[in-house]
Amino acid sequence: MGAITVIVATPLLSAIILALVPNYRLAAKLNILFSAITLVAALVQFGVEPSSGALFVVDAFNVTLIALTAFVGLTTSVFSAGYIGHEVAIRRLDAGKLRFYHAMYQAFMFTMLLALSANNLGVMWVAVEGATLTTVLMVSLYRTAASIEAAWKYFILCGVGIALALFGTILMYLAAQPVMGPGMAAMTWTDLMVHVAKVNPAILNLAFVFLLVGYGTKVGLAPLHAWLPDAHAEGPTPISAVLSGLLLNVALYAVLRFKMLLAANGAAIAPGPLMVAMGLASLLLAGLMLYRRRDIKRFFAYSSIEHMGIITFAFGMGGPLANFAGLLHMAMHSLTKSAIFYAVGHAVQVKGTQRIEKIAGLTVSHPVLGWGLLAGVVAIAGLPPFGIFMSEFLLVTSTFAREPLLAVPLTIGILVAFGALVLRVQQVCFGTPSGANAPIQGSLVPLFAHLALVLVAGLWLPGPLVAWFQTVAALLG
Amino acid sequence: MTDLGYDAAHMLGAVVLLMSFALLYQRRLFSLLHVFTMQALALAATAAWQAFSHDEPHLYITALLTLVLKAVVIPVALHRIILKMNIQRTIEPALGIGLTMVAGVSLVTLSILLVLPVTEDATALTRENLALSLSVVLLGLLMMISRRNAVSQVVGFMSIENGLILAAVGVAGMPLVVEMSVAFSVMVAFIIFGIFLFHIRERFDTLDMQKIESFRGESD
Repeated sequence: MGAITVIVATPLLSAIILALVPNYRLAAKLNILFSAITLVAALVQFGVEPSSGALFVVDAFNVTLIALTAFVGLTTSVFSAGYIGHEVAIRRLDAGKLRFYHAMYQAFMFTMLLALSANNLGVMWVAVEGATLTTVLMVSLYRTAASIEAAWKYFILCGVGIALALFGTILMYLAAQPVMGPGMAAMTWTDLMVHVAKVNPAILNLAFVFLLVGYGTKVGLAPLHAWLPDAHAEGPTPISAVLSGLLLNVALYAVLRFKMLLAANGAAIAPGPLMVAMGLASLLLAGLMLYRRRDIKRFFAYSSIEHMGIITFAFGMGGPLANFAGLLHMAMHSLTKSAIFYAVGHAVQVKGTQRIEKIAGLTVSHPVLGWGLLAGVVAIAGLPPFGIFMSEFLLVTSTFAREPLLAVPLTIGILVAFGALVLRVQQVCFGTPSGANAPIQGSLVPLFAHLALVLVAGLWLPGPLVAWFQTVAALLG
Repeated sequence: MTDLGYDAAHMLGAVVLLMSFALLYQRRLFSLLHVFTMQALALAATAAWQAFSHDEPHLYITALLTLVLKAVVIPVALHRIILKMNIQRTIEPALGIGLTMVAGVSLVTLSILLVLPVTEDATALTRENLALSLSVVLLGLLMMISRRNAVSQVVGFMSIENGLILAAVGVAGMPLVVEMSVAFSVMVAFIIFGIFLFHIRERFDTLDMQKIESFRGESD
């Protein structure tokens, strides 16, 4: 259990240390260093045998997501170091706010990693709640009218979602308690997996509905997605990147843990159809909403809803192929979407606006950034040779083979979103450059590192990685 | 359990629910806070009674936390916020008594129909307690939807949390972790809400969420 303790303890200690560092340049460097330590521990974790204790559980599923979280956490901290330099220069942020920002960044990483590694369902709930609180504070960082409204909406909606998830968790305990006796065991995921077959399926069904709606609010599933675009648009861009790339995954991870419990019970309702329905609704709704967006960060936030819909759909379908596609899509979407937010962050800073119509001709005025953003959008639209093409192709073909009727709305949704992306990216990347033309500050390395990974995954997935993903897909049932 | 123990637990749970009904039709902020305080008192009594009758001493901590935080600290703090912002005269749209009863009764019926059939192997008290607490949660949701004022939304949110604590204390042997975390989250939530209330005040001179909606980036 050594590495998992390091993974969870590092960001917690870092949050405390960063709260004590007044110099924001030093804090930004320390932030990168601490994120790197977390990533190293997360990679070491791959070599550790699956194990479980009262507090932590380690299996192939969460090790994958922990590594992904730690990696995006590191690259975002690199991007953030350049980003905040510019924000300080234009006086949107000062040293006091940045001290708070860095401490909260690590606190947020801590809550996510704790949620991913927790074995106790109560602890997992507390961690997801903590992630909500830290991100609410960061979304309201600029203290503008819009950012406070966004944070308020986020907090109210996700607060209610979290409350429903807790009710579901209590129901889960109520269901398990007659079989397993009172006490911690009935809240521990690995113990529940052993005994869940004897548990009353009717209560499990009720619990899952609450958990799906509750955690589903945080995944951004329609019709509970209203907080997501505002929170993405009004907070600092590094936070938009980790919200989209990581937090949504963590919430979905929580849903999937409960789905595994239901599947192991056997007699409970199949959770698949519910997830398929919510996934499709999110995909279609977000696809249509993309056309009306005028704010570039809001635009990509809707794209995140669309992709979380696809992923939820994939896990709802279940089975080795669809689960594999869902996992791959989860990883690819995290990498691509955070890369896009890095590019958007730079673009918004050089142009000084988030309005799409005022950002034009990026490939002419800032060729490296412009083509980077274009590559990101091509990847997120699901075009070859990038990784998302692979996962979407796998999902669509496997759905056609099993449930042709469901494949039709899935394909329509993907195509609708594709159209919106092509339409907007033309305007942003090509044409005559407009507006301000400040030079790019900060590093473009995180953007291209992510794009390179997504490109490699699209061209060639290494054998061991495929085998690893297949193990996880089998685990998910 | 004796009949008396059952009846007392049942009655206290019903008082919590009754207060949720009352919250729905309060138009003045101060009376809203008073009703919320009463609900917190009833909840603390429920937790203490469960601790006594089931011999689960850790529930006394839950009872104490509820009593101190929700029946004293939070109402007093919200009271001061209301005075400081000079919004005590605000009269806001709330559901009428008749409508409240219709909505409330249908939500209670819904939760009974939802909970009772699926929990046949649990004890009678647990089942009914769960139905009551689900009703409190649903009424809290209804309140958050029907209110516009930020303070009333905070109260609605906390009444949802009251429902959750009611559920948690009713289930035998629920580990302390959850209750502690609920109490903790209420505290943190309150701090955040408090900060928000002040910032909203600074920016807009109003606590009416309806007016703030128009500031959204895409209202053009």
